[in-house]
Amino acid sequence: MKIDSIQNGIVLDHIKAGNSMKIYQYLALDKLDCPVALIKNVKSTKMGKKDIIKIDSLIDINLDILGYLDAGITVNIIKDGVLKEKRRLELPEKLINVLRCKNPRCITTVEHSLDSVFNLVDRSKGIYRCEYCEAEGN
Amino acid sequence: MRHLINITDLSVAEIEELIATAQDIIQNGKKYAEVCKGKKIATLFFEPSTRTRLSFEAAMLELGGSVIGFSSAESSSAAKGETVTDTVRTVACYADIIAMRHPKEGAPLAASKVSPVPIINAGDGGHNHPTQTLADLFTIYREKGRLENFTIGFCGDLKFGRTVHSLITALSRYRNINFIFISPEELRIPDYIKEDTLWKNKLPYIEVERLEDVMPQLDILYMTRVQKERFFNEADYVRLKDSYILEPSKLANAKKDLSVLHPLPRVNEISHLVDSDPRACYFKQVLNGKYMRMALILKLLNLEVDS
Ligand SMILES: [Zn+2]
Repeated sequence: MKIDSIQNGIVLDHIKAGNSMKIYQYLALDKLDCPVALIKNVKSTKMGKKDIIKIDSLIDINLDILGYLDAGITVNIIKDGVLKEKRRLELPEKLINVLRCKNPRCITTVEHSLDSVFNLVDRSKGIYRCEYCEAEGN
Repeated sequence: MRHLINITDLSVAEIEELIATAQDIIQNGKKYAEVCKGKKIATLFFEPSTRTRLSFEAAMLELGGSVIGFSSAESSSAAKGETVTDTVRTVACYADIIAMRHPKEGAPLAASKVSPVPIINAGDGGHNHPTQTLADLFTIYREKGRLENFTIGFCGDLKFGRTVHSLITALSRYRNINFIFISPEELRIPDYIKEDTLWKNKLPYIEVERLEDVMPQLDILYMTRVQKERFFNEADYVRLKDSYILEPSKLANAKKDLSVLHPLPRVNEISHLVDSDPRACYFKQVLNGKYMRMALILKLLNLEVDS
C-alpha cells in the first residue's frame, strides 16, 4: 500500500496528534486483514500537528466511538480513487459498550453481562452519565 | 409496559393522577378492596428494608391481591450467583408486578429492560427511591393543599441523602418553591444537583449551617439524619451537632402550620417530645406512602375502579 493513495478505503484525518494509537485500539483495527497505516505528527496548518489513519478497505466504522473519542476527526470515504464522502463527527447521544462505569456501587460493575450504556447529558461540556447509576463517565 | 425506576419517569400530570387516586382510596376504601383480586406482587428485596417491604405488601393486600417474595439476598437465588435479570425473568412467571430493592445502583433499571411485568424501584443503593418521594409529595399535598408556593427546608445530610435529591428533583417541576438547605459545609447538596436541577430551572435557594437561623421562614421542614462519621473533624461535629436535632424548643418560633417530614427511620435527629406536636407529620407520611403505593400499583397494572 502506498501511504498517500488509496483506491477504496477510509482516511481518518485531523486526529489530534498522539491520539491515533488510542483510536486504532478502540476501533479494533488490529483485527483487520487489509493494510492500515498510522501516521503520526503530520504537519498541519490548522492544527500544528495531527495524526492520520488510512485503512485500505471500506470497512464499517463505529462513528459513535470515533465521535466520542475525538469529534474533530474528519472521515474521508474513498471509492475508485476519488473522495466520495467527507463526514463530520459529533458526540453521539448514546455510547453502548464503549465506556465502563467506574462507580463500584453500580450494578454493571458486578453483572458483566449487562450492556454498558452511557447517555449524553450535556453536549456543550461533553458529559456522559451511566444509564444505570448516573455516575459521570470518563 | 410502564415501570417506575426514577421519580421523573412520572409526569407532573401522572403524579396528580396518583394523588387523586390515593385520595379516593382514603375516602372510599371499600371500593378498592377487591380490585387486585387474583393479582400478585413480588417483593424482591435483595437487601432488607422491612418498612418499605411491608408498605408494598400492605398496599397490595388492601387492594385484594396477594404477595410473594423474599426479604434478603441470602434467602434468594442471588446467593447462588444468579443475575438480577434472570431472577426477574423467573419471578415474572409468577407475579403480575414486582417491587425490587437492591444494594446496587441501577439494578431495577437492568431488571426493567427484560421484565414482561412492571418493575417498581423500591430503593437501589444510595441512588433512587421514587415511592418514598411519592409519599413525600402526597404528604405535602395533604398538609398544604398544594404542591407549589411554599418554602421548604432540607436539614441534615444533604450530600448522601437520596430521598432529599429525589424530592428536590420532583419539586423542581412545580412553581414558586423556595429551597433552604441546612447542613454542615461538608454535607451540602452535591454540585450536580445544583447545576442540573436548581440552576437549570432557575430555582431560588440558600445554604445555611444552622436550623435555628431559618426556622421562622419554613412552611415545610424535611429532616434527615446526620451521622457523626460524615463530619471531617470532631470540632465541627461538637459545634454543629445540636443544630441538626429537632427539639420542641426549636419549634418555638416556627410557623403554626409548619409540617415536619422525615423519611424514617430516625435515630435521634427528631426528639420524641416533638411527636405529639401537631406539626409532626412523619408518621402520617408512612401511611401516605401506603396509599400512594396502592395508587401506583393500580396505575402500573392499568386497573381502574368505577367512580
Ligand atoms: Zn453506573
